[in-house]
Amino acid sequence: MLKVEGLFTEYPNERGEIVKAAQDVSFEVPEGKLFTLLGPSGCGKTTTLRSIAGLERPRLGEISVEGRVVYSSTKGVFVAPNRRGFGMVFQSYAIWPHMNVFQNAAFPLEVGDRRFSGQEIRDKVLRVLKAVQLDELADREATKLSGGQQQRLALARALVMEPQLLLLDEPLSNLDAKLRERMRFELKRLQRDLRITTVYVTHDQSEALALSHSIAVMNEGRIQQIATPRDIYEKPRSQFVADFVGTTNFLDGTVLARAAGADRYRVRTEVGDLEVLSSDALREGDGVVLSVRPEDVDLSEAKPEGANVWEARVDQKVFLGEFIDFQVKLGGRILLSRSHPSLRTPVGDAIYVRLHPEKCVAFKASDHA
Amino acid sequence: MQAAGNPALTSGAPVLPRRFDWKWVVIGLCVALTVYIAVIPLAFLLWQSFFTPQTAAKAAQFTLDNYTTAYGSSETARLFWNSLKFAFGASLFAFTVGTALAWMNERTNTPFKTLFFALSLIPLIIPGILFTVAWILLGSPKIGIINLALQYWFGLEKPLFNVYSLWGMMWVDGLHYSPMAFLLMTAAFRAMDPSLEESATMSGANIFQVAWRVTLKLTWPAILATLLMLFVRAIESFEVPALLGLPVGIHVFTSAIYQAVHRYPSQIGLASAYGMTLLVITTIGVYFVSRLSSRGSKYATMTGKGFRPRQIDLGPWRWVAAAVFIVYFLLIVVLPFAVLLWSSFQRFYSVPSWQALQNLTLDPYRFIFTYPNLARSVWNTLVLSFGTATLIMLVTSVICWIVVKTKLPGRWLLDNVASLPMVFPGLVLGLSIMIFYLNVDVGVYGTIWIMFIAYVTRFMPYGLRYNTASMLQIHKELEESAAMSGASWGTTFRRIILPLLKPGLVAGWIYVMIVSIRELSSSILLYSPGTEVLSITIWELWENGQYVELSALGVLFILALFVLVMLAQWLGKKFGIKE
Repeated sequence: MLKVEGLFTEYPNERGEIVKAAQDVSFEVPEGKLFTLLGPSGCGKTTTLRSIAGLERPRLGEISVEGRVVYSSTKGVFVAPNRRGFGMVFQSYAIWPHMNVFQNAAFPLEVGDRRFSGQEIRDKVLRVLKAVQLDELADREATKLSGGQQQRLALARALVMEPQLLLLDEPLSNLDAKLRERMRFELKRLQRDLRITTVYVTHDQSEALALSHSIAVMNEGRIQQIATPRDIYEKPRSQFVADFVGTTNFLDGTVLARAAGADRYRVRTEVGDLEVLSSDALREGDGVVLSVRPEDVDLSEAKPEGANVWEARVDQKVFLGEFIDFQVKLGGRILLSRSHPSLRTPVGDAIYVRLHPEKCVAFKASDHA
Repeated sequence: MQAAGNPALTSGAPVLPRRFDWKWVVIGLCVALTVYIAVIPLAFLLWQSFFTPQTAAKAAQFTLDNYTTAYGSSETARLFWNSLKFAFGASLFAFTVGTALAWMNERTNTPFKTLFFALSLIPLIIPGILFTVAWILLGSPKIGIINLALQYWFGLEKPLFNVYSLWGMMWVDGLHYSPMAFLLMTAAFRAMDPSLEESATMSGANIFQVAWRVTLKLTWPAILATLLMLFVRAIESFEVPALLGLPVGIHVFTSAIYQAVHRYPSQIGLASAYGMTLLVITTIGVYFVSRLSSRGSKYATMTGKGFRPRQIDLGPWRWVAAAVFIVYFLLIVVLPFAVLLWSSFQRFYSVPSWQALQNLTLDPYRFIFTYPNLARSVWNTLVLSFGTATLIMLVTSVICWIVVKTKLPGRWLLDNVASLPMVFPGLVLGLSIMIFYLNVDVGVYGTIWIMFIAYVTRFMPYGLRYNTASMLQIHKELEESAAMSGASWGTTFRRIILPLLKPGLVAGWIYVMIVSIRELSSSILLYSPGTEVLSITIWELWENGQYVELSALGVLFILALFVLVMLAQWLGKKFGIKE
């Protein structure tokens, strides 16, 4: 439905240096899906979103929505943002302080190309305010809203003109932690109910994992990987993605040989020989980096069966309530393990470590971000 | 990553608008007007100063004569020297008084402090010409009330002061602008983190060591900027040198320009040469002020708000400080206003006495209300100030939108061009506009339009400053969300930007209105019969020697300005802005 092809954006910064904001960014978002651009600040995700909105003009590329080209460098097309008809929620919410709740939400209907009667406007606004549970507050001054209410109003304003596409620029980042979690659910429910095609920008990986149908992880202007949340987390394709999404243990190694099973390899690392999974085509002697999530580092006091088992020593532990973090020392390396709090092995004692081969993901060392 | 506002303005390659977009018409008109208004008079002044006057018989020719005449004579050296002495004296005096008051207000427990800020409004309420006239009535050697009282009480042979002297000029001008010094230095004291002083105290320094080694050293960029600003303002000052200096032959640049124009035949070339010199001085001054204030930010170490520095307890000395303050209050408000009020109830001007008290009359007020020029000049003043304030605020809102919100190349230049009139002394501005429209006959010379042009030019930088302060507060996304809602640029500007700018817009509008109402130094070269404004009427009454009538008009004028300033304060508070 939304198609972004070969987007390049560059602009001079305050010191006149050229900032490469988006480099060959391409992706497609199917109808009704929520697509997330995830990455650290400065990775080009906001630039990409603003290019879709029309608030920024890329240097090269093409953007189209259901076949309607809104930007194309080759065809010389640039549709102004106010003619694109997309809804957008800004990071600051951008609620106009001189209008009340109703006026804020009614604004898009009053200024757009399509003319609505007063009654139509009333109906539409009240319906959308109801959807975000603000219908009771229609007459309230916008400045008297709480953060969560402002966020919902911004959403209502973006939805009121029933846009083809909804753009969300870090919409939850200005809320406190508790509210953020609640709004995450509400946002997801609303998006799934309305089936509105959505592009979501965030630097918060848990938000991205929780909300998206599909995630694009970006770094330094480039898309590193596009996949479902589960694949992004469990099968990262590069060290950057593994590192940015969640916490992980990295181990350097060399490929020894192919192992039994698809994409399985035997790898020699500083802690010992390991059986791993890799979607890269690896050859014997290739340098690789392994990523193992802390929750996939199984600890036990009794020696478990199977491959990838070693004896280690408990170096430190941090009790965090719902789980306990162990740092175990294995052949001069410290591995982080997230375990059930029932495990009470004291610091200094021996403990068995098992790295499940399915969960050890390797990528070529040259792939490092 | 967070780039640029409007894409059409940010991108390198301009987009060809497929449809007519009146956004560019509005922007183009505003930019053109700004550039025209700010650059034309300067260019013409420069041109004029290098040419002989154009006559029917002879075309203008290039000449350096104006400068050789101006700089060849010892008269000019004296002029230059007088101007410097006057400006230095007046600015130093204003600075000393203002700084002492600011320090008392910010850092000590002097009583009556709430009155201090009311005082800072005085220069707005009492126009320079009335303040000067009032001080003539107080300090002239023949009729000055203070002189006569002192002579009477102490049995002196000679009057103690003579306001018609260089010292008198410095006194009146310095006193009138001391509230400005007070405001600037108060800002400087406030910008300083008081914990820097407190840590010096904790290190064992006494009050004077703290004041000398920490407070002063940290505020020196602000001190220098304040001094320069006062200096520039003093050297531009016209009313005081004209009323006090000219009668006794003490000339400074401003009064010399006035005289050169009003001589027969008028020597516009010479006036231009003087004007250029004055302009160079003020330009250098304004340039350094802006340099200092941008550099001063590294000293402005204040973090967060809501602090209150520990106040120095002056002990019994605080009553001395209070006495100083009361005397100051008398000198700057009570006496000048009282003397005008007194004189406005006399048939002929006479010093206060029992006998004069018997002869109180309302005649001057009756005269003023039947004065044929009055209604017209009030009307002209209102129309001019209303029009000026409205046009300036609207145009500068677009200008500062371009400067603040877009990445248009050359926008810093636009900002500087629009601020350019700041360096123009009012008289020089009047002169260059006069010259331009004398040479380029578009039918505005001798009409009220020429004064309108002068006012708009002169006060544009103020409007720009008010609007810029507000514009910086408007988050970029408030505008972008309007665009995403489908609003065009015009709709966004009208329905989002202007309403959000309102605090600055209203405050700036009233400020420009007030300064336009009191404008004298540009108008004096541009008015003609029928286009007099209030300050010109006062000037004419002075020239005619109609002191009591002038006083009556002055009292009414001050009261009207007082109401306006109070209104401005009230509106400012209501919209929550600080100046």
